[in-house]
Amino acid sequence: MIKRAIPILAVVTFLLSASIPLFAHHGTAAFDSDKKITLKGTVTEWFWSNPHCLLRFDVKDDNGHVTQWIGETQNPVTMVNGGWSKASIKTGDEVTVTLNPVKNGLPLGRIVTVLLPSGKTLDANAGIRNNVYK
Amino acid sequence: MRIRFIPSLVILASLVFSSLAVAQNNQAKPGPGKEAKAASGPAPRHDISGTWEPANGPGDGIQANGVKAMPNDGKPEHQPPYSPYGLQVYKSHHALEGADAVLPGFYDDPRDKCEPLGFPRMNFYNLRETQILQNPYKIVMLYQYATTWRVIWTDGRALPKLVDGGVMVGNEVKEPRYYGYSVGKWTDDTTLVVDTIGMMGEDRVWLDTAGRPISDQLHVTETFHRVDQDHLDWSVTIDDPKMYTKPWVAMNKFPMRLENPHEDVMEQYCSPIEMEKYNKLFGDPSSAPTGKAPGK
Repeated sequence: MIKRAIPILAVVTFLLSASIPLFAHHGTAAFDSDKKITLKGTVTEWFWSNPHCLLRFDVKDDNGHVTQWIGETQNPVTMVNGGWSKASIKTGDEVTVTLNPVKNGLPLGRIVTVLLPSGKTLDANAGIRNNVYK
Repeated sequence: MRIRFIPSLVILASLVFSSLAVAQNNQAKPGPGKEAKAASGPAPRHDISGTWEPANGPGDGIQANGVKAMPNDGKPEHQPPYSPYGLQVYKSHHALEGADAVLPGFYDDPRDKCEPLGFPRMNFYNLRETQILQNPYKIVMLYQYATTWRVIWTDGRALPKLVDGGVMVGNEVKEPRYYGYSVGKWTDDTTLVVDTIGMMGEDRVWLDTAGRPISDQLHVTETFHRVDQDHLDWSVTIDDPKMYTKPWVAMNKFPMRLENPHEDVMEQYCSPIEMEKYNKLFGDPSSAPTGKAPGK
């Protein structure tokens, strides 16, 4: 199910984010926080909502089989602080998503970054990390 | 009592305008934005009005693992002084955060049904941008989360007394409230002490996201100390003889910083429709046994 693991990107992302405390709406026990996978897919929905925004995207494997993935982010208030918006991602966008998958093997995960068609990368932890006063 | 005879619209208008006027005088910011500011001036007398945000950044107020001064991280020094009954109630709660967290899908936090957080949990969950409006009679706090407000009376009235079924106000028994009954008193030029009683019982609200309990016997004491023009320290003490054997400090001089008065605070709602969709698509399946969605 996991399409393309990119070890270098995963290591770099881990190093960048290792010291960032995560303040999730829910517990972190469901996620394999030590694991990061990177997927390329087509956005089917960007649900800008509380308690978490959800990004639904289809990932096609080499045999043409499509898996519907869902990644979550923090809530809109936090995401806005990190430079995200309801208009950041559109249905049909081809994106590259790096996420911490859930432990039970379902195609779900906590988003770390999203690489947009424009080449811009959105950092899902920026809203927590950013201190607007410093 | 005479405040009752003043039309509520006039009160609201005066709160808004007096608060805005004070805030603008204090900061004199010409336009929107979160620009770096010059050194702070002295604290104004008897004034905590303004738009405030956690000084150490937005992450400081989320308090996902429980109250800031006593996070539920398993450390013995962070264990509140539970009574036997309090510990029993705590263990009956299934929180998504803290040392005894359960997986999503197995929790019973009233927050996740979009129930009112109640007081004092409003101070301990997603404490973000907080607008404080003030007039000679009362202080109104507008919390960002759930667009919730509470009133702190400063008109000299006495704190109601706890009685069976609620609180006694004058000769009248009034019902318990999610946000209780608050009375504030200035103890010096820059320190406001607020007492609150008459909150909901343990079956309706939690103290924090880690599932600590509170009861209808709870008495909360808050201290707001305006350190200087731009900084406000906020402390909260929990005194609940039903749940805890002695008072304890849940928030200790939590630092808030004054924002630009033009800051337009964003909505943050708990929507049952959004929550249902979230749980169906993500929350429930993410907590399912390996490779299976719940119920499949």
